[in-house]
Amino acid sequence: MAEEVKLFGIRGSPFSHRIEIALKLKGVSYEYIEEDLQNKSPLLLKYNPVHKKIPVLLHNGKPIAESIVILEYIEETWKTNPILPADPYERAIARFWAKFLDDKCMLAAWNACWAKEKEREKAMEEASEGLKTLEGELKDKKFFGGDKVGMVDIVATFIAFWLTAVQEVVGADLLTPEKFPILFKWSEDLVGCPIIKENLPPRDLLTANFRARLESSK
Amino acid sequence: MADEVILLDFWPSPFGMRVRIALAEKGIKYEYKEEDLRNKSPLLLQMNPIHKKIPVLVHNGKPICESLIQVQYIDEVWKGKASLLPSDPCARAQSRFWADYVDKKIYDLGRKIWMCKGEEQEASTKEFIECLKVLEAELGDRHYFGGSNLGYVDVVFVPFYTWFHAYEQCGNFSIEAECPKIIAWAKRCMQKESVSKSLPDHEKVYGFVLELKKKFGIE
Repeated sequence: MAEEVKLFGIRGSPFSHRIEIALKLKGVSYEYIEEDLQNKSPLLLKYNPVHKKIPVLLHNGKPIAESIVILEYIEETWKTNPILPADPYERAIARFWAKFLDDKCMLAAWNACWAKEKEREKAMEEASEGLKTLEGELKDKKFFGGDKVGMVDIVATFIAFWLTAVQEVVGADLLTPEKFPILFKWSEDLVGCPIIKENLPPRDLLTANFRARLESSK
Repeated sequence: MADEVILLDFWPSPFGMRVRIALAEKGIKYEYKEEDLRNKSPLLLQMNPIHKKIPVLVHNGKPICESLIQVQYIDEVWKGKASLLPSDPCARAQSRFWADYVDKKIYDLGRKIWMCKGEEQEASTKEFIECLKVLEAELGDRHYFGGSNLGYVDVVFVPFYTWFHAYEQCGNFSIEAECPKIIAWAKRCMQKESVSKSLPDHEKVYGFVLELKKKFGIE
């Protein structure tokens, strides 16, 4: 029986691209459906009635929502190129870092870039702390997943790609080779991986979106 | 070699309760260490240097942090007895989705109910009830979220039952009136020793909340 895999996403959303990267890494064929957040499709509302958000993965008619839940599902369903360690303790550590990235780093980094003048310093400090922690975890590994890209790296593409685009537009210098040499090298290595590179949005799409946002906030 | 399991915890923490229940379900012997959050132990700071929070599960000297991660770890290491997550990947994804929903909503809304007053408290109470109704709908006619046995979502959600009384007193509303099936489900869970022995008495929790309110200068 042919498998039917569909992904409801948004071009440019880091959460959406995470799923595409994971599916491509595992060689899973899927149909991509672009959603319009201003005009959500009836299918999206049907498949994610609780949050009404993307990404949503549909596998043989069954929907799964929440990006990390989807990544774990993909890992358990398609065994090629594992993105989580086999050992339960190592797996718990990977889950910890994925959560740290999503709960702390992403929000802190995003806020730091868009913070108003008087809140900026504090926001930058908080974001820098997060990046420092990540750099400490990376140490001498090529990727968070070790020699190969793992779930933590996939979740962290926000830092490797989106953050560098935002900071260029707003003029923030959060992630630089001087401040975080290990993390900066990791970000270049990650974005340089063919499967990652092919499944990221065009950089100028991101910078254009961010520029528009910057203009409208003035 | 015998397993050495230590749980660094704080008695009213619903997150800590999750881990206590999971360990009890699996029949795992462990050492419980009560933390004073105003005076965190060197062990806690060493085992959770990033967040410095409880609960921390220490298994043979290695720390695992974050309650949902700890419960999954316990389920994966001590397989074979009282499986908390289903074996089917799709059902597992649904369990993880609902555990994530509980995590995103219940604690923060509950906190606002006891910490805030006036309009903000009212709005939080309203949203809290709406979330309970969503969970009630998800439970449906099942005995537990895990089906015929206690599962991951039950373990993640039921600790908040000891906090319901405090929320109701502070917010002046009745959860049973709004969501009778949730209360019935919680009472069913409490009939299990693994749950009843892991949860503190709700009056004690309410007393703790009143102390916190005094400390923060909330009416």
